[in-house]
Amino acid sequence: MLHVADGGRSWHGRPMRRLLDADDLARMIRRLAHEVLEGNGGSDGLVLLGVRTRGAPIARRLAAAIASIEGVDVPVGELDVTLYRDDLALRDPMPIGATDVPVDVEGRTVVLVDDVLYTGRTVRAALDATSALGRPDRIRLVCLVDRGHRELPIRADHVGKNIPTSADEQVIVRLTETDGVDEVVIGGER
Amino acid sequence: MSAPLTDLIAIRDLSREQVDGILSDAREMLPIARRERASVPTLRGRIVCNLFLEDSTRTRLSFDLAAKRLSADVVNFTASGTSVNKGESLLDTAQTLMALGVDLVVLRTSSAGAPVQLAREVEIPVLNAGDGWHQHPTQALLDALTMLQHRDTLEGARVTIVGDVLHSRVARSEVELMRLLGAHVTLVAPPTLLPPDVSSWGVTVTSDIDAVLPDTDVLYVLRVQRERMHRAFFPSIREYAQVWGIDAARMRRLPADALLMHPGPVNRGVELTSGAMEDPRSVITEQVTNGIAVRMACLYRLLSAAPRTEVTS
Amino acid sequence: MSELLIAGGRILDASTGTDTVADVLVRDGLIVAIGPDVASGASGADVLDARDCWVTPGLIDLHTHLREPGGEGAEDIATGSAAAAAGGYTAVAPMANTDPVADTAVVIELIMRRGREVGLVDLLPVASITRGLGGAELSPMGELARSEARVDFFSDDGVPLGDSLVMRRALQYASAFDVVICNHSEDPALTADAQMNEGATSSVLGLPGWPREAEEVMLARDLILAHGAGARLHVPHLTTAGGVELVRHAKRAGVRVTAEVTPHHLTLEDVEVAAYDAVMKVNPPLRTRRDIDALRAALADGTIDAVATDHAPHGREAKRQPWEHAPCGMLGLETAFALVHTELVLGGVLDAMTAVARFTTGPAGVRNTRGHGGPITVGAPANLHVFDPSQRWTVDRARLHSRADNTPFHGRELVGRTRHTILHGRPTLRDGEIASEVTHG
Repeated sequence: MLHVADGGRSWHGRPMRRLLDADDLARMIRRLAHEVLEGNGGSDGLVLLGVRTRGAPIARRLAAAIASIEGVDVPVGELDVTLYRDDLALRDPMPIGATDVPVDVEGRTVVLVDDVLYTGRTVRAALDATSALGRPDRIRLVCLVDRGHRELPIRADHVGKNIPTSADEQVIVRLTETDGVDEVVIGGER
Repeated sequence: MSAPLTDLIAIRDLSREQVDGILSDAREMLPIARRERASVPTLRGRIVCNLFLEDSTRTRLSFDLAAKRLSADVVNFTASGTSVNKGESLLDTAQTLMALGVDLVVLRTSSAGAPVQLAREVEIPVLNAGDGWHQHPTQALLDALTMLQHRDTLEGARVTIVGDVLHSRVARSEVELMRLLGAHVTLVAPPTLLPPDVSSWGVTVTSDIDAVLPDTDVLYVLRVQRERMHRAFFPSIREYAQVWGIDAARMRRLPADALLMHPGPVNRGVELTSGAMEDPRSVITEQVTNGIAVRMACLYRLLSAAPRTEVTS
Repeated sequence: MSELLIAGGRILDASTGTDTVADVLVRDGLIVAIGPDVASGASGADVLDARDCWVTPGLIDLHTHLREPGGEGAEDIATGSAAAAAGGYTAVAPMANTDPVADTAVVIELIMRRGREVGLVDLLPVASITRGLGGAELSPMGELARSEARVDFFSDDGVPLGDSLVMRRALQYASAFDVVICNHSEDPALTADAQMNEGATSSVLGLPGWPREAEEVMLARDLILAHGAGARLHVPHLTTAGGVELVRHAKRAGVRVTAEVTPHHLTLEDVEVAAYDAVMKVNPPLRTRRDIDALRAALADGTIDAVATDHAPHGREAKRQPWEHAPCGMLGLETAFALVHTELVLGGVLDAMTAVARFTTGPAGVRNTRGHGGPITVGAPANLHVFDPSQRWTVDRARLHSRADNTPFHGRELVGRTRHTILHGRPTLRDGEIASEVTHG
């Protein structure tokens, strides 16, 4: 996941454009919560697994939204997919994050949660990581932003917003928990 | 992430940040090492060669399992007693391994420094699985992981290492790592089994095991080879066990929350009695499982230090 | 009739204390004139430019391994002689640990004849103390001393003579012919499996240590035995501060002892071993700063008589083995004088004359060096060394004359380099190039 420390500019100095603000994000998450409940016919057997790094806080927000809608606390976990990636030789070494799944996924509906859906490779790794935990009845995918350019036959069940991009643009999701601000920005050439 | 690892040969080559990184990764590897979780595809397609020029079935098995839990292909090259072991063609062997497409060499050898020499000659990472009396870095790392499962930090911890320090690669790695992590190290050994000028290691040295036990947080007992008595390092096994060995009585002098560790295999009745090994403070079997996780972490770190490329999400 | 003029150099001759700028005219292998105006009377002479250079007696190495016969893969008499000429030497003493061992007149004559054929350096004969370096039976010292080679120096170099009784008898027997006994000062029981100097560095590197006690115990024994026998003892490659004290004490007590030190023991510390590059593996091993300081002081005050190279060629493959399997030894002939000039003369430890002495008169005081070592006087054999003390150069193991390349000084910049070497009136090295046309008359 690429993100820039400087709030307003890409790393080549091109200005970043804000597409969504905090209110947009909050509305989006409430809607996604409704969609997940609808797709599952309620909250029974649900477990939300956020794909680290930014999928994890989004999963927690989704769980909070579900709790406010249904009055039920669905289990939330975090998934680190580093060990399941297929691009180990192509990237800088990455520390392995914690995988923390509070329940047995056997027989449940796992909802994978990620921030940006792009090539699909992270989701592929997350599917493998989920399978390593056990055999869920089904796996669903939620993402905040789908920016296209898939390299694998993967699609999300629930998408916050489709944002058409060119390959040399960046889409960055920032969250209060990890970045101090809630917003989605696009911009710059890579 | 800290500076990429290109080889792992001696603890003194590592920064604190690199050690913390390896230990952190190792913790995440533990459920996989313990088989609570399935093996991972991380190193699929990579070839790890265990080049063991000195017998050590236990260490080789540990590296073998570590590589396999990460889905690497493993080739074992054990050459004990052959011309390779005599050192005539270690570098030729290495060149052959390179030509065969091996991605990483795990080297165990009786020749101190051979991994340093090998790393100079080959481009692939070299992981030292023990070289003569010199170093055994994964042993020290797995020991640190074990200690840190029982206490929050090693800063200020009092680690007592007892036994044949002179001939021990484990002791050398252990002392360097414990000092890097902020522990105070005391060595207890017959003076004949202490390295020359050992005071320059920044450790306390004593011959009185009973005096240090009450002030020990981790008691690390080294293996003593029976052959040593024939070279006049000490008079007899019997005397060694009496004067330097750890038995139930000495375990009673150890604080209640202390740990007892040993790199294995134990010479029961020499450096440790069965009674001492069965003490609840003994974490010797935990060390073995942690060994797989630490070696997984080291393989991962060494093989992921690849050239920079575009990152996809 | 051939004339050679060495023009405009600063003559530094330790045997006479001469330090003056003058020309040297050589005819038929002998010095025929020395002075400021020699050139005018020698218009047809071959001229070697020596301006801004030192002109010293040809250097003498008391301790050389030329590897022939038996070890020609690493060096032979031709390549080793070229290395010697390149380093300013006109005489070297090839040690007896060849294959076969130089313990008979036949082998020694073969070596001497080969040396004359090559013609780049004179060889000073060395025979082993014991047959086959076996440490038990004495070599035929009397026969060798009276042979054509007139052997006056006996050494089992490489193999310490551990048996005190054999050493005592060797010294006693040698005294009958007033020849020199030279024993590697190492108690083998104390150095079993030893790989490097015992100390803080060996402890960290996990290499078995070679304790200084092993040198000092053996040296003390040999000094006591030599004293009792009234024999001449030469101490090779002294390395420890304690060893220096033993030699100093023995000289005061009247023991007939001389001692040498190598260029590497004067300049390299045991921490050099840390990269496990076996080019740093040598026996006796590199020691510590304290030892280096003691050796330098002893060289300056004359306790140590000579710098000797212990030039020990080894093939690259042998040196690329794991440390514990690699052989001991370093090249020395092509770097010795320049290194001592750089480190000890420019470093303020030795003055120029003393440095020259330790390579010329020093060795000549240890054994019969047969016309080498000075003086630079009319009528003396023209064995000379012309050294440019200001030339800077970087040691490059790929450009050595030795067949081997195991120099520990690869990549080091040195100040001062041999420019010409003259053996019996003929240049063996001319402007840094080996004279290829040299054949001995």
